[in-house]
Amino acid sequence: MRADLSIIEQWINPGSHVLDLGCGDGVLLDYLQREKQATGFGLEINPEHITTCMGRGVSVIEQNLDTQGLANFEDQSFDVVLMTQALQAVRRPDVVLDEMLRLGREGIVTFPNFAYWRLRWYLMRRGRMPESETLPYKWYNTPNIHLCTFKDFEALCYRKNFRIKNRTVVDGEHQDRWLSRLWPNMLGQIAIYRISRQEDEL
Amino acid sequence: MPDSHAKDSVGVVTPKTLHFDEPITLACGQRLNAYDLVVETYGELNTDASNAILICHALSGHHHAAGYHSEEDRKPGWWDSCIGPGKPIDTNRFFVVSLNNLGGCNGSTGPSSINPETERPYGPDFPVVTVKDWVLSQAKLADRLGIQCWAAVVGGSLGGMQALQWGLSYPDRIRHAVIIASTPRLSAQNIAFNEVARKAITSDPDFHGGRYYDFNTIPRQGLMLARMVGHITYLSDASMGEKFGRELRDQAYNFGYDAEFQVESYLRYQGERFSETFDANTYLLMTKALDYFDPAYEFDNDLAKALKQATCEFLVLSFSTDWRFTPARSEELVNAMITARRKVSYAEIDAPWGHDAFLIPTPRYTDIFTAYLDRIAREVGA
Repeated sequence: MRADLSIIEQWINPGSHVLDLGCGDGVLLDYLQREKQATGFGLEINPEHITTCMGRGVSVIEQNLDTQGLANFEDQSFDVVLMTQALQAVRRPDVVLDEMLRLGREGIVTFPNFAYWRLRWYLMRRGRMPESETLPYKWYNTPNIHLCTFKDFEALCYRKNFRIKNRTVVDGEHQDRWLSRLWPNMLGQIAIYRISRQEDEL
Repeated sequence: MPDSHAKDSVGVVTPKTLHFDEPITLACGQRLNAYDLVVETYGELNTDASNAILICHALSGHHHAAGYHSEEDRKPGWWDSCIGPGKPIDTNRFFVVSLNNLGGCNGSTGPSSINPETERPYGPDFPVVTVKDWVLSQAKLADRLGIQCWAAVVGGSLGGMQALQWGLSYPDRIRHAVIIASTPRLSAQNIAFNEVARKAITSDPDFHGGRYYDFNTIPRQGLMLARMVGHITYLSDASMGEKFGRELRDQAYNFGYDAEFQVESYLRYQGERFSETFDANTYLLMTKALDYFDPAYEFDNDLAKALKQATCEFLVLSFSTDWRFTPARSEELVNAMITARRKVSYAEIDAPWGHDAFLIPTPRYTDIFTAYLDRIAREVGA
């Protein structure tokens, strides 16, 4: 399993009811079902991924976050709502984050850090929109329409009064390295955040 | 040239008539003391009887879902595209059961059968059966065949309602319910279309209050009209446009009222053919079964509450251009399943053929079906 997924997996209690937004081929939900007796659903729009999920016994719903939203899900109906590597691709990340914490007690989000030093260097040296292994697109055809930095994300959490319960930074191979922990906004490539509403702790 | 020898065909099949003489009480309160069910089966039941799949038919369907009835038979069963060796419902792995439902006109006991009490056809005296009654009779059939638990119950449209009802009526006798192009209940518009069809039949002078058998006639015109209006709701605007457009049978307009446009003659032909082969009372009964289906009704109109009875897993599929049971109707069902925390997967398949799309194999539909059924096969050791 991808390293970011094995970090996320540790944050999920056995028996949790989980919603995975953009669940891909369902590998994480499959693991959580088998190893942690988790229940829940994945939302996906890619037809091949949906078929793979169905074939491996992951409950998958074809639903587009941008056009259909999440209004069909009830308040606080999940223990955890996940979204891995999809926040930057939705039309309104701020609304999706609000929705995640409406549906779940807790949200777990991963996204690429646009302030990663290689991207900064690319932009500074070439003066063009950065491309990399994690962001292999041109500016005009990228699905990543809302790239942000760790600082941006945390500023949004602060403004929305979300509590950041955990934060981990990994590199392109999804490894947790001490250097990126030291200076995450410069040296971290992918962020994994675990958030909740502030009032949960009161 | 028949394809009964094709590698992926179940070949020539022979329907069986099974007689049941244990009375059943129907939803309407009436009792049926004895009845016949006509059944076809494909594939072999395994030793622990874990590989059985029940196919439920739609409004005008019957037991002949796959294969051919003779070497000369030109037309295969109605779901032959999906059932056979190596097909999505793989008869090398599954034991497939398909029946004609109670109230039908293809050999199972229905309005055109002889009422043993009067020794005349039941006609309008045949009780109105519901989806729940069908599922009850299908459970008796499962008992007879030695099937304690279906690996899956599969159906499109009205057949999907039976698959759903199985999940609710017999939670411990079904592992998976596959519900295709269906709905948890008919809308006012759906019922309205059914009412037009019924009115066409009952107002035909040859209907004779449903006792046309005694007059040696059939309400041909009424049944034809019913089928024509029904048929329109099975197709999409786009698929009718593609198939017929504004094409004329002759070169120019005739300025008369005969069938001039190709679509008119197609509908007339379909309607006429249907009226020769289908029983009008059965048509009335089937449309009523559709209208009455509403599993939420007994649960304060709360579908999620009704679904709490189910323990099986659900696969729900809809088709983008289906305007009879739109994707939104399937989503209504899926959302209630999500609320009830049932296991459910859902996909909306892009297909241009309207409601009829559930009978037509397309790559994505076939892929999903194959993947899901393969998983069931692995689960039950088939």
